[in-house]
Amino acid sequence: MSKSRPTFDEMLVGEETPRPPYSAYHRWFSNEDLKDLRRKSSEAEAFFRRIGITFNVYGQADADERLIPFDIVPRIISGREWSVLERGIDQRVRAINAFLHDIYHRQEIIRAGRIPKEIISKNDAFLPEMIGVNPPGGVYTHIVGTDLVRTGENEFYVLEDNARTPSGVSYMLENRETMLQMFPELFAQMKVRPVSSYPRLLRRSLADCAPPATSGRPVVAVLTPGIHNSAYFEHAFLADQMGAELVESHDLSIENGRVAMRTTQGFQAIDVLYRRVDDDYLDPLTFNPDSMLGVPGIMDVYRAGGITIANAPGTGIADDKALYSYMPDIVEFYTGEQAILKNVPTWRCSEADSLAYVLDHLSELVVKEVHGSGGYGMLVGPAASKKEIAAFEKKLRARPSNYIAQPTLALSTVPILTKAGLAPRHVDLRPFVLVSPNRIDITPGGLTRVALKKGSLVVNSSQGGGTKDTWVLGD
Amino acid sequence: MMLGKTAGGLFWMFRNIERAENTARLLEAGWRIALTRGDEGTNEWQSVVITAGMDVAYRQKHDVYEAAPVIDFLLRDKDNPSSVLNSIESARSNGRMVRTALSSEVWEAVNECWMALKSALARPVSERNLYEHLATIRYRTSVVRGALHGTMLRNDIFAFSRLGTFLERADNTARILDVKYYVLLPSAAFVGSHIDNAQWEVILRSVSAARSFRWLNGGDITPKGIAEFLIIDKRMPRSLAFCYSKICENLNDLADDYGQRHGSHDLAETIGRRLRGCGIEEIFDEGLHEFLTNAINDTATLASLIQTDFRFFQ
Repeated sequence: MSKSRPTFDEMLVGEETPRPPYSAYHRWFSNEDLKDLRRKSSEAEAFFRRIGITFNVYGQADADERLIPFDIVPRIISGREWSVLERGIDQRVRAINAFLHDIYHRQEIIRAGRIPKEIISKNDAFLPEMIGVNPPGGVYTHIVGTDLVRTGENEFYVLEDNARTPSGVSYMLENRETMLQMFPELFAQMKVRPVSSYPRLLRRSLADCAPPATSGRPVVAVLTPGIHNSAYFEHAFLADQMGAELVESHDLSIENGRVAMRTTQGFQAIDVLYRRVDDDYLDPLTFNPDSMLGVPGIMDVYRAGGITIANAPGTGIADDKALYSYMPDIVEFYTGEQAILKNVPTWRCSEADSLAYVLDHLSELVVKEVHGSGGYGMLVGPAASKKEIAAFEKKLRARPSNYIAQPTLALSTVPILTKAGLAPRHVDLRPFVLVSPNRIDITPGGLTRVALKKGSLVVNSSQGGGTKDTWVLGD
Repeated sequence: MMLGKTAGGLFWMFRNIERAENTARLLEAGWRIALTRGDEGTNEWQSVVITAGMDVAYRQKHDVYEAAPVIDFLLRDKDNPSSVLNSIESARSNGRMVRTALSSEVWEAVNECWMALKSALARPVSERNLYEHLATIRYRTSVVRGALHGTMLRNDIFAFSRLGTFLERADNTARILDVKYYVLLPSAAFVGSHIDNAQWEVILRSVSAARSFRWLNGGDITPKGIAEFLIIDKRMPRSLAFCYSKICENLNDLADDYGQRHGSHDLAETIGRRLRGCGIEEIFDEGLHEFLTNAINDTATLASLIQTDFRFFQ
């Protein structure tokens, strides 16, 4: 964890020796011509444009649709490494669902004194409307995207639990499709576990949670804010791949106690709605009254068992920053096991001992606002000037409970292809998890985001991050 | 079963594709006349703009009808909702909206069509490059139509796509004829010889039918022959009769599929029957202009009836 430790590179040990998962790839790469690979790289870009995997940039009506840069060097994870992650994610997601059920019912975990009451009751992500509601099939988070980072051979940390409406799965699928087209010989040589079953499994886990009102084969629909949403491509892609209708709020209304879509032959009831619209916008009658993206009255239908909403409203309480530091306790409380995946050590400044430590180590730590997001109101110690640290210290002392602190992690690197050949860049990983009433499916792979700028730790696509195909080997 | 919005998106996607293609054809015919007729040819640009249905919008921006402004207005002017670029942009945006109803071939064809034309039409097109650009437009739109035929199920998705195509085409053919109806009146045959031959040529070229007409008629070009060919000859894929037989066919497929008939079915049958039942003599007796005006109005009424019958909107 200390700053001086060298960065862990997932491909190479030293200058030349590949780590075992990369040995076959490295051998293949050494025999390839750099120019050819650069050409393949631009072919990949043309391919993405043609199939329209683009995202819209907000607030720029006339701007071009952008591509998220794609790097053609895969990120490779061994079967053994994956099985640890898989068990850890499975455990964590089970705990999250148990936690959500508990927090909207008896709140045993608060009674047991494992988490403070205020952290729930005063949290905007907690929806009182969900108290006592039983989601069909008992599932709260049908889809989870667990953000992981790696710092060493066996060191993985969960950064965030994305339990609301995680995005990026279309990139996992299309990145693989692109790699299969460009490098079929690699897939013939190496046993890469397929990811293509995701849409089928998604449909199944949604259908398995059909509400009591369903008659016959469940009707599944994807709710999108519309073609101007930055993730519209993904919404259309998933609906298409699942054979589900892609609906917007103006296609929907409440008919005979069901949520129904307007079709060429009249109204058709929807059983399961995979919504890619935030809680706040879901129902203007219950939440934000100005929302144009939701369905007025859908919460009443939901509570009466007329529709399944995936993910359930109110799941945001489980991935809230204020809750994050309690995740190891939450996992232990509901599964009776130690958490397999590590949490990034977090100091809660509301606690006197922690505050003292944080104040002593400001220059080494990242200090975040509990309810902040998008990097605002945050101190990155190692990058801050003395003046900035002093100013922040004042704010921290004034309202310690508003802050948490974490060490700066030395994220692992995986090489990308540059003009000069391979060059290491920092990465993270978002595997995608599907929860059904009786099972949890974790697709072997996920979305690897990569900071394309040398030395940068910021992998977000809005800040110049790119993606890589993620290979889990069947060894 | 499909979303009303999706049906509307498909309908408009293919109307827009057809419109872009028709505009390209119209420009090509106008350009050819201008080239072959010297000074008199410049008047042709006005009738091109009128045929495209954009005269009012054009006059708001330009005072004269000349090659450069007309070409620019019809190909790429943002203020002209029917310009090729705007048509293709809305076709593609409709395609994006109904992405789940399209095969990946159709989607990629419309997306690539948009990418190609967006870059080809990024700057004004000179007369020297006009032909090449018009060819690109026709080629790209053909690929979309070809993908539709080759890869899509023959279901309601297909039917709504085809309805969009043929309603737009029927409207276009009727308007081409109406703008030129005076050269087709019987008296024109006497006025005639070579000057009006060129006018007839424009009409035929505007619907890509110069060669097929000659082939069928052995070079015997008469006004009645042309009117007959474009109105009631069912062999001609842009004739009103052909368009209406396709419109009826697709509406009937929808009725079979959905087990339900609407007002639009009855109206389409009525129009179709009239086109089948009449001879060209009757049409000329009734008045060609009146006949075409009715056809244009009927087509517009039918289009809006389809939109309400199949719940394109709320």
